[in-house]
Amino acid sequence: MDLKGKVLGLSEAVERYVHDGALISFGGFSATQCPMAAVHEIIRRRIKNLHVVAASNGQAVDELIGGGCVEGIEIAYGGNGRFASTCIRFRRAAERGEIKVEDYSNYQMTLRFMAGAMGVPFLPTYSSLGTDIVKKWGYNEEERRQNPRLAPKKLLILDNPFNVTGRVDQLVLVPALRPDITIIHAPRADIWGNVQLMGLQFADTEQAKASKNLIVTCEEIVETEELRKDPYRNQILNFQVSAVVEIPWGAYPCAVYGYYDYDPWFLRDLYQKVAKNESEWRNYLDKYVYGTKDRQEFLDLIGMDRLKTLLADKEAGYNPGLNRR
Amino acid sequence: MAQYSLQEMMAIIAAREVKNSDIVLCGTGIAMLAAIAAKKITAPQASIFFETGAVDVQFVQIPLSLADPRIMQGAIRLAGLAESFNIIQNRTTGRNVISILGAAQIDIHGNLNSTAIGDYWKPTVRFSGSGGACDIGSLAGQFWVFMELGKRRFVEQVDYLTTPGFLEGAGAREKLGLPGGGPSLVITNKACFRFDDTSKKMYLHSCYPGFTPQAIQEEIGFKIDLTRATEAKPPTEHELNILRTQCDPDRMVLK
Repeated sequence: MDLKGKVLGLSEAVERYVHDGALISFGGFSATQCPMAAVHEIIRRRIKNLHVVAASNGQAVDELIGGGCVEGIEIAYGGNGRFASTCIRFRRAAERGEIKVEDYSNYQMTLRFMAGAMGVPFLPTYSSLGTDIVKKWGYNEEERRQNPRLAPKKLLILDNPFNVTGRVDQLVLVPALRPDITIIHAPRADIWGNVQLMGLQFADTEQAKASKNLIVTCEEIVETEELRKDPYRNQILNFQVSAVVEIPWGAYPCAVYGYYDYDPWFLRDLYQKVAKNESEWRNYLDKYVYGTKDRQEFLDLIGMDRLKTLLADKEAGYNPGLNRR
Repeated sequence: MAQYSLQEMMAIIAAREVKNSDIVLCGTGIAMLAAIAAKKITAPQASIFFETGAVDVQFVQIPLSLADPRIMQGAIRLAGLAESFNIIQNRTTGRNVISILGAAQIDIHGNLNSTAIGDYWKPTVRFSGSGGACDIGSLAGQFWVFMELGKRRFVEQVDYLTTPGFLEGAGAREKLGLPGGGPSLVITNKACFRFDDTSKKMYLHSCYPGFTPQAIQEEIGFKIDLTRATEAKPPTEHELNILRTQCDPDRMVLK
């Protein structure tokens, strides 16, 4: 047996599993646990025409859009908390018609991944009845017929077939998602692809299990025996994983609970500024993404002094002394 | 009388409305301060949870997003989106869920837009989108709204209906079968609004000291009933003290 298990280098994993035009999803939520190392590698490789599906992924989606990798997106929330009430590159691209956007709610996107994970074609909810999420489709039916990455309908309204009350009881059916590839960033995994999550799971587990292929980037690879000590946290299993990539600081500038905080300098002082200006944005990509050959070179550019200020207090799970103002 | 900012007024007004039996689905910013203040002032038994899956959060430091590691510290449960939204859709628990939402636009029936201004397909301004707002508006027992007054915000018709209020008015939610109770309170920087039991239209409920009903009407893009307006009770020294020293001592939200 191959003793490397499913371990790959980041570049290898992205080359093998992320192709032009893929239906792709990213784990994480706003500025926490986004797989940023993988996102930069995708931009660096100039992968194009991605169709992105996500619930509330902030930083990953925004940089990918700014990197010119995205053609269309199905999403519930394109924001980044205090750092961007609306993600800057997402907003520009939507206003200029550079990307197609299809809006769902957070619950609906979660249910769509869950349906994919369960192997059923849809799940029902009462959410969004009477709203423009039902009435206004980002893609019309003709565009859907021509695009194999899209469900034939955005959603469907159905009367509850088990209704015995006599009252109106209709549901919104949302179609399952089966991404070609999902990338999540986790704290720990073993070489076989058993993955331990800490902190909040967001929709990571549903996204992971809905996908045809799954890359897990992680802060550290540990012995399987270590994972056995806490089986409740082992949310993703080796047979659900395509590749494991050990990549410390792999979510930076986003946070990983128990490991490091988000970086207010990067997200506010650097990113907010460069994202708003086209030539500065080009310079940002040239310097931080295209200009670095891999994650290590990127981290060298950020500098260990800066990274050290983010290290989490083990009890708090973040750095209580971080200057966030 | 105590000196207070309008931001502090908004937080305290919302906090006073929370009951011990409420399950508060927490947002960020002033909405989060309102939830924290409620626990410390009016409703110590109320539960606070986040749509990202954290329950009974301790707020040792103020989180800056719904995914900030600060909401994870000391929580009684760390789950994910699926579990949180199930709590809201489930009719046993969902009835007691209240949440405070923000938006770019609101109409007289409390419908909210947080998606786009202008044509949806060619927006002049694109916002973040629903996030969990549409789910909350559809499913939660009730929701409140935090917004600044202004004619561009309080509009005849929202450009995109992201979050259902009372839709076209009386009976519309029931006709479609939306399980949640809809909006019950709109808190702004100058006045509060509630919704008429019969017509489901917004009316002026109270003005903050220093603002008249006529002045409020001038900042709203539709005609509203001013006849029931009272003066809102400003925050007390005690309430302000708790808000400033226990809820946001680092002034991450309060200016």
